[in-house]
Amino acid sequence: MNATSPMHPIGGHVPLLDGPEKVSGRAKYTADLIEPEALVGRIYRSPYAHAEILDVDTSQAEQLPGVKAVLTGADCAQSFGVLPIARTEYPLARGKVRYKGEPVAAVAAIDAATAERAIRLIRMRVRELPAYFTAGAALAADAIALHDKKPGNIERDVNFELGNVAAGFAAADLVRAASYNCAEVCQNQMEMHAALARYDAVRDRITVHASTQVPYYVHLMLAQILTMDMSKIRVVKPFVGGGFGCRTECLNVELITALLARKAGGTVRTVISREETFITHRGRPETDIHLKIGLRKDGRITAVDCECVQRGGAHSGYGVVTILYAGSMLYAIYDLDNVRYAGRRVLTNTPPCGAFRGHGTVDVRFAFESLLDQMAGELGLDPMAVRRANYLTAPTFTANDLMVNSYGLPECVDWVERASGWRTRKGQLANGKGLGFACSHYISGASKPVNWTGEPHATVKLKLDFDGSIVVLTGAADIGQGSSTVLVQAVAEVLGLDLARVRILTGDSDVVPKDNGSYSSRVTFIVGNAAIDAANKLKALLVAAAARRLEAEPSDIECLGELYRAGAQDKGLSFEEVVGEALKDNGTITVTGTYSTIPESHGGKKYRGAAIGGTMGYSYSAQVVEVTVDEETGQVTVDKVWVAHDCGKALNRLSVEGQVQGSVWMGMGQAMSEEARYHDGLLVTANMLDYRVPTIRDSPPIAVGIVESNDPHGPFGAKEAGEGSLAAFLPALTNAIADATGVRFNDLPVTPDRVFAAIERRARLAEPSRTGKHRPGGA
Amino acid sequence: MARLIELTLNGRRRIDAVPDNLLLLDYVREQAGLTGTKTGCDGGECGACTVLIDDFPRLACLTLAAAVSGRRIDTIEALGDAGALSAVQRGFHEKLGSQCGYCTPGFVMACAGLLRRTPQPSTAAIQAALGSNICRCTGYVKIIEAVEFAADLLAQGGTAP
Repeated sequence: MNATSPMHPIGGHVPLLDGPEKVSGRAKYTADLIEPEALVGRIYRSPYAHAEILDVDTSQAEQLPGVKAVLTGADCAQSFGVLPIARTEYPLARGKVRYKGEPVAAVAAIDAATAERAIRLIRMRVRELPAYFTAGAALAADAIALHDKKPGNIERDVNFELGNVAAGFAAADLVRAASYNCAEVCQNQMEMHAALARYDAVRDRITVHASTQVPYYVHLMLAQILTMDMSKIRVVKPFVGGGFGCRTECLNVELITALLARKAGGTVRTVISREETFITHRGRPETDIHLKIGLRKDGRITAVDCECVQRGGAHSGYGVVTILYAGSMLYAIYDLDNVRYAGRRVLTNTPPCGAFRGHGTVDVRFAFESLLDQMAGELGLDPMAVRRANYLTAPTFTANDLMVNSYGLPECVDWVERASGWRTRKGQLANGKGLGFACSHYISGASKPVNWTGEPHATVKLKLDFDGSIVVLTGAADIGQGSSTVLVQAVAEVLGLDLARVRILTGDSDVVPKDNGSYSSRVTFIVGNAAIDAANKLKALLVAAAARRLEAEPSDIECLGELYRAGAQDKGLSFEEVVGEALKDNGTITVTGTYSTIPESHGGKKYRGAAIGGTMGYSYSAQVVEVTVDEETGQVTVDKVWVAHDCGKALNRLSVEGQVQGSVWMGMGQAMSEEARYHDGLLVTANMLDYRVPTIRDSPPIAVGIVESNDPHGPFGAKEAGEGSLAAFLPALTNAIADATGVRFNDLPVTPDRVFAAIERRARLAEPSRTGKHRPGGA
Repeated sequence: MARLIELTLNGRRRIDAVPDNLLLLDYVREQAGLTGTKTGCDGGECGACTVLIDDFPRLACLTLAAAVSGRRIDTIEALGDAGALSAVQRGFHEKLGSQCGYCTPGFVMACAGLLRRTPQPSTAAIQAALGSNICRCTGYVKIIEAVEFAADLLAQGGTAP
């Protein structure tokens, strides 16, 4: 008997397909591409925060033996930037420098020692300008503009009012307002930025290996900066050691390395230091939020008024989008009728911020969920009941025209309520312990690509050849999140095949189709759907071939993965036999699958930039955090986290758990210890000791509940899993600390010194905070 | 100035001339060509370069190559038998203790060092042994599961750590 059944790799615990390379040290990252003939690239950076460049003298560096190329801003008059409307950066500064550490000149030399010596020989003459290190200073009436086209140092103002906010507040039983400050944070991915560029002077072609999340953007910007035809450029993405958003833009190190390689006529490898990686930045901006919420006694939200100021740094980067997300994503989690938002993105003399995991949504969500928790307490309502009073009913469109088709937030809240023992434990914990709760959400891919070209939003090709193996060709960048694994799973699932039959090739522009890249949690949803489309097309070809051989109608052919048959009595054809038949017409088979988001998901037009926030599906998250606060030292210990995440459908349960745990933990770093600090514009936390991320000793168990709301458009029902759970941790933590101590922290990070000072203050005021649960001043 | 060092790297005897100021990290990666050991910071911050020196985890970025003459150095490439993954490597792979993978060699070597001395570590012992390795992807939850899985494999008479 040929009894067989199709394989179903979707929904299982699937270890990453590229895991063996990573755990054995065989995985090659950009910095691992060590070539004996490669020159070493180094960058001279501005010691000034804001200055007019009078002269950059590289004559001594050029004369140093072993130096093969020296560049300054004079060598490249082309600017770059991720948003077509805000390309203000030059690979090497021209005219002005706008932050300490901005690249000014670069050197390629025969070895690192020579390159570093050459850098030390570069001299820069400037006329210093007033520099602004805070949003407030940059906004001052007498502040000069960093960029001529941005008077007042405002990169972007966003203002909208939807509904009637004044009437909403009038209808409220309780109105409260509070101010919040979230420190600037950095991705601090483990792999430092690196690039390897090989220039072929004979053919005038260049190959650039870059640690990027979006090889396509690197390709576009290389063409722009090198003023080179795109067809002469090849971009290769090796293994990438994390990104978290800082590599969603083409970075100056990639462009500088390419310029050096062309000038030197050879190969240049640049691996920048950890300090330089911090300064390259693209982290989450310092954000000041003033939030006002109106609440009825039954917990229903009647109005929201949110003001948000982001210290964006010296260039836009993604900034325009970040300040728009901060407003638009007030929506799509609760049912809000009356909302006013005023957002301001400010240019300052600090390194440029960018798109950090949870892009634009995190700090506003912290403020929102904190204030809601505080108000629930004042009204004597359970914080979960307040959320339940404001649920959306899917399918729906929000007041700002965001499309919500699946909504698993209620199940998420129910799960964490149950798992954490909320009903029996809340308010009953021992002295110094507390429970906090909060929710968050995120998009599954921005519905509109940054570069609107008219092409499908994703293209995946499958190649099937005589050997019976299927190769997935995609430009989707696996940066550790497991996107390659999930795409292979999707193809194997459609064809009913074992994962071992399907391989994947990514990250080489000579071979794979273009992809818009790994940002905004888009790959599973958008590229996943393209992979399914491709697999269905391949399946149709195989079914047609089997029908031909079996002299049956294609509609009668049953595909069982390794077996194709015409009815249960038919002994059928093996996969190899079907492939052999299918190849007879044209030889090697390639099929193309595509996917584009639907217009209904593109957001609205009610205010300028209202498209930002539009997506095919929102993920939802609920969290309960349990803390112990040591009132003697101010030390907060997170004892446990319960998190439920609505990812639509878990395509790879292992990956979903890992992504959700990683998100929660990254939120913990921002909430408790991470902070980019400047002294006169110099980033003084540009190392992993002063920029303190939690270690394994600080990190709690994180129990994950997977909620599957089965999105109607999602690939097998799936939505994103890699970002949406980050934001809820921040307010869940401060809500837990408030539960434990009666003290509410509106400024992040909540470091021990801040906790200690607040508890001292509380003791001095001798205000019993909540029914004598804590003992002021400790034991 | 340079000097000759004689050491055992991943079970093979080597003699190399090394500059006095050459870090073991750069010796391993650039001179011996073993790029599994990673550079993650500007010195002593992250643990990505952890190797075993005479079975003890050490940071290759804070060790001079000249100082390890006569010693036995194991890098990530030394683990596993005939191409199969070691118990610790299996743990990190199968339990998703590795996402982007960049910190993984350092973690794996620190764990190998731990399990060679303490085959059945408590959670606290795992946390203590890995306290100076930074991972930015996992939140460490699955790293602890990976180490426990590896310890179980070893207890069942599996391969070396």
